[in-house]
Amino acid sequence: MAEDDSQFRDAVEAQAQGEVPERFEGKYPISIRGLTNAFGDQVIHDNLDLDVRKGEILGVVGGSGTGKSVMMRSIIGLQRPQSGQIEVFGQNVEEDAPAGEINLRSRWGVLFQGGALFSTLTVGENVQVPLKQFYPELRPELLDEIARYKVMLTGLPEGAASKYPAELSGGMRKRAGLARALALDPELLFLDEPTAGLDPIGAAKFDDLTRELADTLDLTVFLITHDLDTLYAICDRVAVLADKRVIAVGTIPELLETDHPWIQEYFNGARARAAQESNARATHGKPPPRRVSGAPVGGASVAPASGAPVTPDGLARAAQGTGADVPAAGASRGPATNGPRGKALDNPGDGQA
Amino acid sequence: MREWAELEVQEAGGARTVRLSGPLRVSSIGVLDRELHALDGPVQSVDLAGAGEMDTVGAWLVLRFAARHEAQVTGASRQAQVLMDAVRGCESSAPIKAPRGPLFTRVFEHVGAIMAELARGTVRVLGFLGAILAAFGTTVVHRRFRFRALVRQMELVGVASLPIIGLMSFLIGIVIAQQGAVQLAAFGAETLTVNLVGRITLRELGVLMTAIMVAGRSGSAFAAQIGTMKLTEEVDAMRTIGVSPMEALVLPRILAAVLMMPLLGFFASVVAIIGGAVIGDVLLGIPFLSFLARIQEVVPTYDFYVGMAKAPVFGLIVALAGCYQGMQVEGDAEQVGLRTTKAVVQAIFIVIVLDAFFAVFFSEIGWE
Repeated sequence: MAEDDSQFRDAVEAQAQGEVPERFEGKYPISIRGLTNAFGDQVIHDNLDLDVRKGEILGVVGGSGTGKSVMMRSIIGLQRPQSGQIEVFGQNVEEDAPAGEINLRSRWGVLFQGGALFSTLTVGENVQVPLKQFYPELRPELLDEIARYKVMLTGLPEGAASKYPAELSGGMRKRAGLARALALDPELLFLDEPTAGLDPIGAAKFDDLTRELADTLDLTVFLITHDLDTLYAICDRVAVLADKRVIAVGTIPELLETDHPWIQEYFNGARARAAQESNARATHGKPPPRRVSGAPVGGASVAPASGAPVTPDGLARAAQGTGADVPAAGASRGPATNGPRGKALDNPGDGQA
Repeated sequence: MREWAELEVQEAGGARTVRLSGPLRVSSIGVLDRELHALDGPVQSVDLAGAGEMDTVGAWLVLRFAARHEAQVTGASRQAQVLMDAVRGCESSAPIKAPRGPLFTRVFEHVGAIMAELARGTVRVLGFLGAILAAFGTTVVHRRFRFRALVRQMELVGVASLPIIGLMSFLIGIVIAQQGAVQLAAFGAETLTVNLVGRITLRELGVLMTAIMVAGRSGSAFAAQIGTMKLTEEVDAMRTIGVSPMEALVLPRILAAVLMMPLLGFFASVVAIIGGAVIGDVLLGIPFLSFLARIQEVVPTYDFYVGMAKAPVFGLIVALAGCYQGMQVEGDAEQVGLRTTKAVVQAIFIVIVLDAFFAVFFSEIGWE
């Protein structure tokens, strides 16, 4: 094999583009300090701090216009902030990657609100775009295979790979967007309102999928949402954006202990109670969503998050989590009517009760 | 140097084992994939004990190889096992590219589609024209004409395009005068440059070039605006509120183009003549004011009428093509671009064809 080896290696190395950074092993894949964003006179963020822990699903909530999407755009480098420092995987997003290293962008996946699929490419080709961009050394046959299994992994039917985005329903488009976001097996996943515009069943399925994939693939997820069911069902922690900054980060019970009026209104509204109760019933008998930190946290950690220690062996944890309560992706998925939304629908009067 | 995943084949007791080492990630399997692909002969087991970190691509590669050789996977870490379980069951042989027939059938299919579309398009255009007339009728009967929309469109089509049309016409006047003077000098007839510039701009070029410019500027804008409004369902929203998009969107644009084209055409002709006069002054020694005075003598009034009669028709064509194509947009953003292109190309083409007909027609009735 020796001579074959070198022969392939030279060909591949001629095409490969630079070094690949190691997997991030630090505590906080995203760390924001003093972020200030303003459009003209209108200040969106004022000295905002936020840390996202490795391996967690962080839900980001806030009223309309509080700059949730702007924050995400700042983190992924689409929006140049007025001031402040944003580090992703310990690297400043505004600086170029270290010489000879593949861009930071190969290490995260982004699902935009509308899916943002390239409309002239099929779903399968959409998935291949980032792969071709960063790893031109891969064989076309392998690219096809990768695109196929990614499409299947996100729960799309087989035939979807050769369809154009315009031929898909809204829910399928989101899944296709997720497939593209996961194309490079990123460590960090950004989801902008993944369940907006989906029906309750579709939304619950998407939530399950997100949780499943996050556990299986050991992802850190930054999830912007308005959907209370999503928060209760899959988020490890929730960050609340209000007054131009992150006013609190913590689990929902922790947030409920703070007395900020917006948080109280948000989590104590009729909708929130319905979501909470139905989620409690839906997960009855099952373990609660996996928490990131084993250590108990007293009260919500107010920004900047002085978080409790994170278990370093994320891989083992992911494995356990998956083995314990989440069916592996690709395995048969139970009917979503058992999920929180299904219950909420069964009994719409819950909230008022 | 990137760290690539490696493989090593071991034979022991007639059984071949493939040992993998190094990281099994999308970034590191470029070499391994080719090696596994090229590996012949039976393999009884795949040993992952020495493998580093894995992602789904690595898991997929191992699974696929193991399945192909019916080999056992041993020594998988917990993480590897989880990932392989995740991608197992995701096998599929679905195509990635959209289905395409063989070239032979595709050609006929394409030609047939064009012909069918041509027929359907003709019917639709006629329908569109009828809808516009109907909308015009109702606005007149019900006296609910949208003057503000009309004035706004007149500003966009007319006033806003004055600078670019002026500049274009001025340069065209210069070119015609300069080139004409060179050619006419061969006959010692430089003074006929005045006739050339005056007649050709008023009769033909002023209006024609303006129509082309308006097609590029406003016709495309109509198509893109209305097309985008169709995509964002604004047009549908109008309908549900009871506002007819024909009355609110199409009619003001078409009327604006019909009304502004003669004015723009005349403006263009005048500026072109001024351009010619400037060249006459500089190159031919005809004083600026004499040039203009001479225009009055050599250009028959009907040249002006010819130009002005064509202008509203051209305006109608340009606006019609723009609005029609805009209303035909369906599906995705690509359509907006396609339809906008079509609107401009069609408008310019029809305008030039019609201009030829007009030329013959006006000659026949004696306005030569």
